[in-house]
Amino acid sequence: MSLSEEQIRSVLVEELGRIAPEVELDTIDPDGDLRDEMDIDSMDHLNLMIALHQRLGIAIPEIDYPKLLTLNDAIRYLVARS
Amino acid sequence: MGEIRMPSLGADMESGRLAEWLVAPGDRIARGDVIAVVETQKGAIEIEAFEGGTVGRLEVAEGQTVPVGAPILSLEEPAAAAAAAAPPPSGAPAPTPEPAPAPAPERVSQPTAAPPAPEGVPQPAVPSPAPAAVEAAPPSRAAERVRASPAARRLAQRFGMDLAALTGSGPEDAVVSADVRRAREAERQAPTPERRAPEAGRARGLDLAEMRKAIAAAMARSKREIPHFYVATQVDLKAAADWLAETNAARPPDERMLMGALFLKATAKALLEHSVFNGTFEDGSARPGDGVHIGTAVAIRGGGLIAPAIHDCDRLSLDALMARMRDLVARVRGGGLRSSELTDPTVTVSSLGDRGVETLFGIIYPPQVALIGFGRVTETVLAVEGAPVVRPAVSISLAADHRVADGHRGGLFLRTLASLLQEPQSL
Repeated sequence: MSLSEEQIRSVLVEELGRIAPEVELDTIDPDGDLRDEMDIDSMDHLNLMIALHQRLGIAIPEIDYPKLLTLNDAIRYLVARS
Repeated sequence: MGEIRMPSLGADMESGRLAEWLVAPGDRIARGDVIAVVETQKGAIEIEAFEGGTVGRLEVAEGQTVPVGAPILSLEEPAAAAAAAAPPPSGAPAPTPEPAPAPAPERVSQPTAAPPAPEGVPQPAVPSPAPAAVEAAPPSRAAERVRASPAARRLAQRFGMDLAALTGSGPEDAVVSADVRRAREAERQAPTPERRAPEAGRARGLDLAEMRKAIAAAMARSKREIPHFYVATQVDLKAAADWLAETNAARPPDERMLMGALFLKATAKALLEHSVFNGTFEDGSARPGDGVHIGTAVAIRGGGLIAPAIHDCDRLSLDALMARMRDLVARVRGGGLRSSELTDPTVTVSSLGDRGVETLFGIIYPPQVALIGFGRVTETVLAVEGAPVVRPAVSISLAADHRVADGHRGGLFLRTLASLLQEPQSL
């Protein structure tokens, strides 16, 4: 499966919005740590990984979590894996 | 005829608004069935039946707010007794109030309700001003006595004040603790305090300002009544982290575990060995928990905090426990908590997860006797076999009630917990 960066961005933004509905995604720093930018805890993070697996078919191994710390990094990683 | 009362969903709750009935007269219900949704300071909570039977009459209309302890539903007699007793047909007009054998609000249908109201609180024979006759709501049997929350009764007794002389500002003019405090202030100062506007039409769903008030009330009570002591220790998590990484590596995301599940399970097993920290302290005596029901603190976006119970943690596998945690967090944030989850935790665990600071000093949630706090897991320099090494570690703290144990005992508990975390595969 090959997904466009636009598709991946929209899924990621939608799932982040589900976790943190009050955060305006266009106001966050795309190169800031998502956990701090959006106040995401470990359970939120796991739910995000589950959602990305289900919707994009990409099972992100735990060992790669540090490669998805920011919005831009996450999109880059997912584009490369799709 | 049995009845189900508005349960106390925590030491701080004075009233609840019946948002939705999930049963109707004539329905058969069993103990534990969800019968209604009640809005409280902690959000919308599903209320479970404390006893089974056939629903006779709904005593409270949807949308009505009633104090803790007020009857909300009456049950018909079991079939055998029913023949003789001839229960009133459902939907019959409400009976005239009985000569008050005082079904006290404090005898609520949940085990960890607020402590019983003190004896000696005046129980006037004359009806208090204005209760009962509220709109179309059916009169409740509590109408004959002063409507007051358990907290208000406790306070009034402490101050030696007559509840009947107070003007209630709570739901249906019930006297709430704020009224007692206000009257107390008025006694001490000359000017009369302003009346608080009745809190009508509170918005449906979670009200973080209300929740903050509830947290404040419970924590103030805790600090007032419970002589806390604190002990803490740093625990090497290399074994646990390695085991977790190895376990999760082979699993898809939806089957992965978090370190928090290991913390809960290890805590539950340690509590089996040190059961003094698992239970409650009420009315001058300690009562052991009827299982290890861990109140698991879950943060709510925007600033709330709630710690519903995960029941029988000691008997759940790690995977089952993880599933319960995910379910609980989802329900805390999305709605659907059940009354028993809020009323019967026997201990609380608060975990800061992978962010925040290294150490947490907990405040015990009354009437529990202990809170175990897990700080953030950090890379830490530890001395291992005589040499410094960097390892993942966590600071675990215990806040406990000095009326049931002391620091020595607390230290032993933390040692047990630490050693359980060294063998994650056996948890």
